[in-house]
Amino acid sequence: MKSSKTPRLSRRRFVGGTAAAAAVAGFPAIVRAQSAPIKVGILHPVTGPLAPSGQQCRAGAIMAIEAINAAGGIASLRGAKLEAVLADAQSKPDVGAAEVEKLHEAGVAAIVGPFASGIALATTQAAAKHNLPHIVDVGVVDQVVTRGLTNTFRFGPGISRIVDVAIENLVTLNDQAGKPAKTVMIVHEESAFGTGMAKTLNDRLPGKGFEILETISHANPTRDFGNIALKVKGRNPDILIPSSYYNEFVLLSRTLRQQRIRPKAVYAILGGAASQYRFVKEFPEAAEYIMDCNHWFDARNPEALALKKKTEDKGLFYSYEVFLNHECVRLLADAIQRAASADRAAITKALAESNWSKHFMPYGPTKFVNGQNTGAAPVNTQILQGDIKVIFPANFANAKPVFPAPQG
Amino acid sequence: MLELSILLPAILNGLTTGAVYALVALGLTLIYGVLHIINFAHGSLLMLALYLVFFLHALAGIDPYLALPIAVPAFFVIGYALQRLVIGRASHGKDENILLVTLGLSVVIENLALYLWRSDTRTIETPYSFDTVNLGVAFVPVPKVVAFFGALIVAGLLWLLMTRTDLGRAIRALAKERHGAKLVGINVDHVFAMSFGIGCACLGAAACLLLPGYYVSPQVGHSFVLVAFTVVVLGGMGSFIGALLGGLIIGVTESVGGLFLGESLGQLAIFVIFIAILLFRPTGLLGQKA
Repeated sequence: MKSSKTPRLSRRRFVGGTAAAAAVAGFPAIVRAQSAPIKVGILHPVTGPLAPSGQQCRAGAIMAIEAINAAGGIASLRGAKLEAVLADAQSKPDVGAAEVEKLHEAGVAAIVGPFASGIALATTQAAAKHNLPHIVDVGVVDQVVTRGLTNTFRFGPGISRIVDVAIENLVTLNDQAGKPAKTVMIVHEESAFGTGMAKTLNDRLPGKGFEILETISHANPTRDFGNIALKVKGRNPDILIPSSYYNEFVLLSRTLRQQRIRPKAVYAILGGAASQYRFVKEFPEAAEYIMDCNHWFDARNPEALALKKKTEDKGLFYSYEVFLNHECVRLLADAIQRAASADRAAITKALAESNWSKHFMPYGPTKFVNGQNTGAAPVNTQILQGDIKVIFPANFANAKPVFPAPQG
Repeated sequence: MLELSILLPAILNGLTTGAVYALVALGLTLIYGVLHIINFAHGSLLMLALYLVFFLHALAGIDPYLALPIAVPAFFVIGYALQRLVIGRASHGKDENILLVTLGLSVVIENLALYLWRSDTRTIETPYSFDTVNLGVAFVPVPKVVAFFGALIVAGLLWLLMTRTDLGRAIRALAKERHGAKLVGINVDHVFAMSFGIGCACLGAAACLLLPGYYVSPQVGHSFVLVAFTVVVLGGMGSFIGALLGGLIIGVTESVGGLFLGESLGQLAIFVIFIAILLFRPTGLLGQKA
């Protein structure tokens, strides 16, 4: 046994250790220079039939996160950066719900997504189990915000509001042209979004003096609209109202043109491609005169236009999926900033009290009632001469509507 | 709704769709009807063929119709190899085993496709994709017209093969009497594999004719395989003309049924007709009495 005359802890070591400890205790900023990044779940259907939209959504969300981080992150949390945790709902509600569980386990502070109504119903429910705040980027069906889930916040408008505005504008359009239209036919995709739209239209249109001849649903994906086009031809409605996702809307429009079927107006409500630059660019003849009531940005706002340029420089089209997701992420950042915390409950509270006006949507400051941003509203567009023009409301309009569409 | 201007285009649409169903069923009827091999991998193989044609177009710019000389031999080889090396070996000659082996194969192929190419639906654009043939009463899309005549030609070629060539005779002999065929010196394994190969070659042709007006995704085979089986049994097992007729009947039924009953219920009409024909003519339309 060695006698330890020299203590293990020499005096030098002791002094050195104390000095180091003092430095750590006294100068926390040096050691904890950067706060831990705040994880944000970005959940969209980037594969499957909804992939075109899902990928646009994801691009918009990531651009916002990059911009926020480049501008210094969350100031109230010492410049903490946002970190995107990407998830793929594969265009299926059950997969979306499973991804929410994974995001919860990854420790995200909030979720933004998941684009589709059917998927949103599942993901918000799954997120509610963990009190995880969930900002719904698009998901327009009414049930998203009528189930009493306190974790759910929808920045954009829902079907009820959209249909109200759409019908109001349709009546105005018809009146202004001398009421040439009386009959309507509805073609909608068969999941929650399209079915919800069709039901709401069936409830409200007859009361405004329009007769609904027929309501047809189609599957996702559908690659042959031959029969549906024939039915439209047979019934010969004055106005056709389609509500579909991108691919199917494009195919329906092209099939109608191919079969020489021209109603007085194709008045889409949330038409999947009816206000999409990609559609206008790829198929200008099929797209001409199509009207849409859809999400749109305030074209007078320079930030919106700057993002449009940035998006197009990346080789992407500036679609509603991009700008809605971009603004939803910024909405979240504003909430985190005011909560000064990455805690889920704090963020949820901050969102509920949100009064954010620094966005570029035509909404006014945010105000959430039961999870719905009450100021949110759609805009009416028409594709004229290869460009998407706003025709209603008057204070955002930059073109006069062409109605009825020229026959021939 | 019953006006000719609506009904006639629907019937024409149905005929063209039916021709494609017939083409898919032709391969199946050769494999199923003649060899009594229940090929559950038929839909997945069609899906693979569609992907082949898709990638030939997307990566090499080859028009789908011009891809016929590539897709048909390629799938003949794939079919031959599959039967010779996988199905034939794994089944040890028992029919029940073949069912499971082909089912397993279809699961493997489908999930491999899902892994490699994701579940997005892919389509191609060709200059003639949306051109129509103006028949006065209807505008029929060009790809569908080509598919219709293509299917007829393939059916005719198959019939010639089966009736005029030695291979065809060998296949028919093998189907009728396996042991007898062996005794007269027919190489059973080789002829089985040739039949499977020819059946798959039909899928290659079907894919080239189908892609311009349709789409491909890993799940696309499902919608075809069920209809194909229906067509095979409806037409009479082993009869090519029967498969052709059956395909056309199913196509028209689906189209007209969809027009009157809605897209989903239209599918019901197919199976109602199917049951009706089997009730009154169990061997199918042109099948031989057992």
